[in-house]
Amino acid sequence: MGNSTSGMRSTLGRVRGLGSSHAGVGHWWVQRLTAVALVPLVLWFVVSALSMVGADYEAFRAWLGTFGNAVLLILLTFALFHHAQLGIQVVIEDYVHGEAAKTAGIIVTKFVALLCGVSTVLAILKVAIAG
Amino acid sequence: MAQRPRPLSPHLQIYKPQITSIMSIMHRFTGIALAGGAIIFSYWIVSAAYGADAFETAQSVMGSWFGYLVLFGLTFSLFYHLANGVRHLAWDVGIGFDLPVLRKTGLAVVAFSVVMTVLTFIIGLSM
Repeated sequence: MGNSTSGMRSTLGRVRGLGSSHAGVGHWWVQRLTAVALVPLVLWFVVSALSMVGADYEAFRAWLGTFGNAVLLILLTFALFHHAQLGIQVVIEDYVHGEAAKTAGIIVTKFVALLCGVSTVLAILKVAIAG
Repeated sequence: MAQRPRPLSPHLQIYKPQITSIMSIMHRFTGIALAGGAIIFSYWIVSAAYGADAFETAQSVMGSWFGYLVLFGLTFSLFYHLANGVRHLAWDVGIGFDLPVLRKTGLAVVAFSVVMTVLTFIIGLSM
């Protein structure tokens, strides 16, 4: 490993951007990064969702509009959909062998994740800001 | 010479089921289920921004027996994928690869998911 041009770089740094797709370990790394973020966010969400069991419309909006809840929900939404689309992409790459179907599947996955993610974030902001 | 198809790698069902392989495929299944759950999560939040009627509809769909069944499955999937995901993160930094440790952490993940799912529903239903 000890090569003079890469002595200062970490193992991860050296493989970033390599490989035939020039994406290197980007996919792998972001999947782990979002996983780490999701551990506390999901635990917080389960406790919060439990406290919202049986809540009516006004109570739910009041909870959603609280600054801290809105921030954590937006972070959860981003990490969740990013992690989900990366995971589904791997499943498609593993089991769908036709190149056209595989590409179409990945495109649909990314578009659906983006649509749901953006809609959710906008819904949170609408309740938090516009009330 | 007769043209024969290229040999395939052995299929899943050829192997004797082991806790390691079963838990690996379960991680994938629960992940796919949770991607569906993410869409339900999205619908729930968006309905609250849409209006009282939309929110009531969402609540009644999730409060039906079928909604509870789906939520029960998603709750188990969530705890399983969460705990087994942490197991994966430990492997990523090189911890826990010995076979006896793998079995122990595997059983711990299954026990955690079952207990937490039941506990979540006991708390949820008592509210």
